[in-house]
Amino acid sequence: MGLRRRRAERETPREATPPAYHGPVPILTIDALGRKCPIPIIMLAERIGEVPVGQIIAVQADDVAARTDVPAWCRMKSQDFVAEETLPRGWAFHVRRTY
Amino acid sequence: MAYFDAASTEPLHPAARDALVAALDGGWADPQRLYGTARRARLLLDQARARTAVAFGVRPDETFFTSSGTQAVHLAMLGALSARRRTGRHLVVSAVEHSSVLHTAALHERDGGKVTTVGVDRTGRVDPEEFAAALRPDTALACLQSANHEVGTLQPVTEVAEACRAARVPLFVDAAQSAGRVELPGGWSLLAASAHKWGGPPGVGVLIVRKNTRWRSPLPEDEREGRRVPGFENVPGAMAAAAALEAYTAEMHRDGPRLSALVDQIRERVPHLVEDVEVIGDPVRRLPHLVTFSCLYVEGEALLTELDRLGFAVSSGSSCTADTLRPSHVLEAMGVITHGNVRVSLPRGTSATDVDRFLAVLPGAVARLRRTAGMTSQ
Repeated sequence: MGLRRRRAERETPREATPPAYHGPVPILTIDALGRKCPIPIIMLAERIGEVPVGQIIAVQADDVAARTDVPAWCRMKSQDFVAEETLPRGWAFHVRRTY
Repeated sequence: MAYFDAASTEPLHPAARDALVAALDGGWADPQRLYGTARRARLLLDQARARTAVAFGVRPDETFFTSSGTQAVHLAMLGALSARRRTGRHLVVSAVEHSSVLHTAALHERDGGKVTTVGVDRTGRVDPEEFAAALRPDTALACLQSANHEVGTLQPVTEVAEACRAARVPLFVDAAQSAGRVELPGGWSLLAASAHKWGGPPGVGVLIVRKNTRWRSPLPEDEREGRRVPGFENVPGAMAAAAALEAYTAEMHRDGPRLSALVDQIRERVPHLVEDVEVIGDPVRRLPHLVTFSCLYVEGEALLTELDRLGFAVSSGSSCTADTLRPSHVLEAMGVITHGNVRVSLPRGTSATDVDRFLAVLPGAVARLRRTAGMTSQ
């Protein structure tokens, strides 16, 4: 048992632990985990209107394409891409509604 | 069916078909032997080499036929890296090279070499100064495509070649997308190209190793193709490739500007016809026949299938259409939308009517797919 636990610890090196996220807290989080692009982007576009202007919406996704597509969508739609937060599975993309 | 995927492969040029059939009959013998039929085959191979060399502005003894563009890339890179091993094991590539270049770089890295990847701007273009800054005293080779295969942006080969010359680093240029279509800048040391991209037959690539460029075969010794490329020479293929290159280059001189005007039309009209679309790549410094755009909220594969149903053959860099789950590394490096991606590349002789028909059906196709995907507002 002890041996197994030590091995498990070695397999998760410290530098792989993502830095904790300290930015503004999203007031709405959408779960698009397990969904392929463009679904996470569609969900973001459909629901960003639910947060007031100036507030943050987060979309959680584990399709690697979202890492490119969310910031690119923000650029195209003039929304404010705030941060990419690493989750145990996938990422949470934080977007501030600008209009 | 309107074929708009010339960047994948150009339909066989009639000049290539004629040359291929003639050389299958007259050039089948072993060009290394000494009897009459063999000497005829050798003569044809020499001819093909000389004509191809002229088209690339190099000498025949710098020109070698390979079995594909990919093989030419592998041999150019691995041969140059091997020959300069004592200088160092550092390799510089751009982030938007063809996968054959990046896979060779990955192999080099697994083999203990070092790789620096130079990024691109939003149009997919390398900054020559950033590329120059990546060169080091232990850099064995630098690689830059002449033009990008997914978005058509031309790379600053002349400026990068100058920087490489100053740093005494050989530059390998992957010219697969531009050969026969766009005049090639000079100053490079090695080059790879692929005949089926200019209307030649499949299974023929071109490797050019300039004089005074150090190169050592990474493969077991073989006496064929000046000891550069192993295996029995494809004489009919080489003849067909050379004939197609001559014919294609001459035609593109006239037809290139017309295709480029059609591409301008697509670039200009698509954003008016379709909402939430981004035309990507450099609008001016680009290949004459290629344009790429991304439609928000649409799956690339679904759009390709829909356009196929409507009679248009196009390609996409979106992840679901590739053989991997990752989106295109080119679109990623550019920081542009990776889904809903469509690449239109016009073969020779594309009619304006076909382009108009494409622009007429595209908005409906995108709108249908967006509705299906559940987009209610836009």
